[in-house]
Amino acid sequence: MAVIRYRNPFGFPNPFQELARVQREMDRLFSQIMGRGSGVTASGVFPALNVSEDADRITVTAELPGIGAEDIEISVVGKTLTLRGERKPDVAENASYHRRERMAGKFQKAMTLPYEVNAEGVEAECKNGVLKLVLPKAEHAKPRKISIKAD
Amino acid sequence: MEDKDLQLQEKKELQTKAESTRDVPVFVPAVDIYESESALTVVADMPGVSADSLDIDLDNDQLTIRGTAATQESEGTVLLQEYSVGDYYRQFTLSDAIDRSKIEATMKDGVLKVVLPKAEAAKPRKITVRT
Repeated sequence: MAVIRYRNPFGFPNPFQELARVQREMDRLFSQIMGRGSGVTASGVFPALNVSEDADRITVTAELPGIGAEDIEISVVGKTLTLRGERKPDVAENASYHRRERMAGKFQKAMTLPYEVNAEGVEAECKNGVLKLVLPKAEHAKPRKISIKAD
Repeated sequence: MEDKDLQLQEKKELQTKAESTRDVPVFVPAVDIYESESALTVVADMPGVSADSLDIDLDNDQLTIRGTAATQESEGTVLLQEYSVGDYYRQFTLSDAIDRSKIEATMKDGVLKVVLPKAEAAKPRKITVRT
């Protein structure tokens, strides 16, 4: 099980984390220039995730071709999101293989979310082999607008 | 049932001199190809591609598969990006004569399956040896 840690989203960035982030960013840039990769596969664990956030929610997407909604198990405990599932091998009978590049097997991936989320309100949708999770932030994790009083 | 863990495969980017007009990466989808007595089947992983944004073309013996993945509008700030979204493109040269009128393609959960039935002439014929 791999756990991905975010950099501290609050306050002043830690200089060491900032350095690590720059290094990752450089790796990403170089791998793009060299045309080797599609992006960073930071954790190296299937499935690759894209995570973004706005004021109210965190969105997680993953490419899971050939894995139906019934084969994916999603759980959120505290700040940890866990994806579990299996891609069943579709073996052709009475046929000889010319190429076999698609893999089958089980997967399990956990990641630490930067905020606590409202586990009740998590929505998951699977479309064309892309899983999309929308995790609403917990009330106390939402940004608060602070008005400035003027005399 | 295999009890193997799925390994992360980085998406392979297409290496070509011709540039695509759209500014998106073009990937080579992972495929399985198998042949039975009556047909050749191509199975390709193309997550994010819907049936109507897919283009399958058989020109002489060149099979071209092209798919456009729906771009995911990133909502807000990106926190982590482990994969990128782009188009898929792959071409194969087929050796057997294919019955063009009976080609069937299906798309399910981002997996394309093209069944190319062999033409009568190309089907294996059993030869009995007379004694």
